[in-house]
Order: sequence, then structure tokens, then C-alpha cells
Amino acid sequence: MEIKRETLDPSDFRVRQLQARDMLRGDLQGEELEKFVEQSVMTTTVEKAVAWSQGNSIYPMTFGLACCAIEMMSIVAARVDIARFGWEAFRASPRQADLLILSGRVSVKMAPVIRRIYDQMLEPKWAISMGACCSSMGVFNNYALVPSDKFMPIDVHVPGCPPRPEALMHGILRLRDKIHGHPPDGWRERYDAVGTEEVLTPEHERGSQSDGAINVFPGGDTAGA
Amino acid sequence: MPDATGLELTAHELRESDADSILGTEFRRHRAVLLVSPQHVPAVLKHLYGKGYTFLASLHGVDYYPEEPRLGVLYELMDMHEVDRISVKARVSTQDPRIPTVTPLFPGADFPEREVYDMFGVVFEGHPDMRRILMPEDFEGFPQRRDFPVGGEPVLFTYNEETGYGKYQ
Repeated sequence: MEIKRETLDPSDFRVRQLQARDMLRGDLQGEELEKFVEQSVMTTTVEKAVAWSQGNSIYPMTFGLACCAIEMMSIVAARVDIARFGWEAFRASPRQADLLILSGRVSVKMAPVIRRIYDQMLEPKWAISMGACCSSMGVFNNYALVPSDKFMPIDVHVPGCPPRPEALMHGILRLRDKIHGHPPDGWRERYDAVGTEEVLTPEHERGSQSDGAINVFPGGDTAGA
Repeated sequence: MPDATGLELTAHELRESDADSILGTEFRRHRAVLLVSPQHVPAVLKHLYGKGYTFLASLHGVDYYPEEPRLGVLYELMDMHEVDRISVKARVSTQDPRIPTVTPLFPGADFPEREVYDMFGVVFEGHPDMRRILMPEDFEGFPQRRDFPVGGEPVLFTYNEETGYGKYQ
């Protein structure tokens, strides 16, 4: 049997492993050593490094409010597994949690309790408003509920009634990108959706609730461009 | 369910013990209802209890706006042996919404009575703990009354992000 020998690509893992061994022995010298160090070291800022680690190890709070909580529970299960992103450790204490997922309707009586829980969480902390009830009160828009924006800061709103686990997963990834410091703007370019921006003309500026729920208006020259 | 005759017989029995207690009877859709004056509710329920209606299946309030007296309190009683039901209805006005409690007879009426108080403002006299049960303690008004505004908030969308109630500061 003929043995075939080939030179490995210098960036091959096995080559670098041998180089690392040589470096530890002190056999690597001069220009080769400099090149090796150059390949091994990455420079970054402290902020970026901290943001990277924060975004990849979020502990959500064990906190469910209503039917959305069932969908929230399923994001830790096998199908959309947030353990892939280091988010899986649901913490039972607000002191240990970084993220509050408001999953359901917030009543007038519950709002001070949630605010207290949020205040008890240690900085840095984030909050996701999940579902229609929590963001805009949805079908329960009456005397008994409050929207979550009114009493605490919310980082990401996930629409839906209830949102599918995939939708919450998307919200979580948006929050992760936000923590990492580069929110994925430019999605219109990626989805070939340039020209679908919401355009508001002054006569459509409305303040009261009775005007209905239509909030996207075709019009102006930019739409459909 | 007592039939129409049975309902009249029950009403007659109750009128014999106190002539003012029964204001009338209703028998519609196989449902027997005794219309009772509010101050006689405990006595009527005690009499029915003695007849076998030992289970208070439900206690709830109704707002019959614009009829007067506006508010109604309904007691749904059940005979667990005969599987027989009878309803007792008492009407109170919004000016003087008072009715004696039935908690000594049916301890399970405690929370339903508090809920009727919370939602309709009917005060159950003699109740051990007449507080709101669902709404916050400092809530003003009785939300299930017909003249209570539905309320709610203008929903924050992108178009009213600045002019609406605004972002959290």
C-alpha cells in the first residue's frame, strides 16, 4: 500500500496544536513565535467582552402570569431550547435573576407586586413583555388591567395571543443582540422589504383610543418605493 | 326542579310563616324562582334548607339597569338527594343596597358575598369580613354596575408612541 504524504494547511488545527506544543517547550522562536502569538490573541474592549458574556448567560425569573406562561415554559423544553444560548437557568429569586418575562395580563392589583419584583432584581436587568395583554391589554382592555410600560421599563415586546414559543425565542434573540450592542437593524434589507416603512401624515396623527386600531397607513412618496 | 305547582306550594308555605316575605314567583324555562324581599332572605333560605335544599350552588349579583330596584342578588339552591334546584332572587336599590348575610347558614357564601359587594356594591349586613375580594382595596366604584365605564388605556402603537401616554421615563 502506497503512503501518500501531503503538506497540511498552516491554519489546520493539527498544525496549530503542534505549534502550541513547541511554544510551551520553548522551541518556537523569532518570527514564528510572533506569528503564533498574533494568531492566538484577540483584542477587544472590556465593554464588548462583558456584553458578550452577559448576553450569553441570562437567568430568567421563574414568573408566570397567565396563559402566556405555558408558552414561556415550553421554551426551555426540547423543541426551542434556550439552553443553547445559556438562558436555561430559571431562577426562583429575583435577586438571582437578570430577566423578567411578563407572560400574561397584569392587573391593577398585580402591578405594584411586579414593580417590586423588578426593583428587587440586581443590575443589569432586562424585561420582556410577552403577549398582547401585557403590551396593549389585548382583549382585556378594561378597568382591571394596566399595560406594563406604564410601571416599568420594557426592553422587548413580543406580540401574539399567546405568542408561539418561536416568537418568544425571536424576542429573546433580539434582546441578546441588544445586550451585545448591535441590534439587528437592517432587517428590511435582508427580507427584501424596503419600502414597507410605516408612514404617518399629519392628518393621521390621532390621540384618542376611539379612532380604531389601524396604525399603518399607505401614503406619502416613500411607501412602495 | 319543582314544577309550577310545587313552586306555588313552597311560596304558600313561606307566606304562611311571614306574609311579607314572598313578593312573587317566576317559572320560566323549567326554572323556579322565588322573588323575596331582601330582609327576609335568611329566613326563606333557612326554610328551604329545612326542605332539603342544603347546598348553595351559587350566589351572584345582577344589575338590571334601567329597571328599579336595579340590583339583584341571586341564590341558587340545590337539593343533592332529589337533584332539585330552586332560585331565590332579591332586589335592592342602588340608593340603599343592603341585604342580610346568609353566612351563618351557608359558610360558603362568605367569598361570593364579598365578590357581589366588590362588583356591585351590595352590602351584606352581618357578614364577618365585608371587604373587597378581587379589586384593590383603594379601588373606587363598583365595576360590574352598568353605569361604570369600561375603562382601559389607549393602546400604545408606533403612531402614538410620542403623543400617547409616552414611554416609561
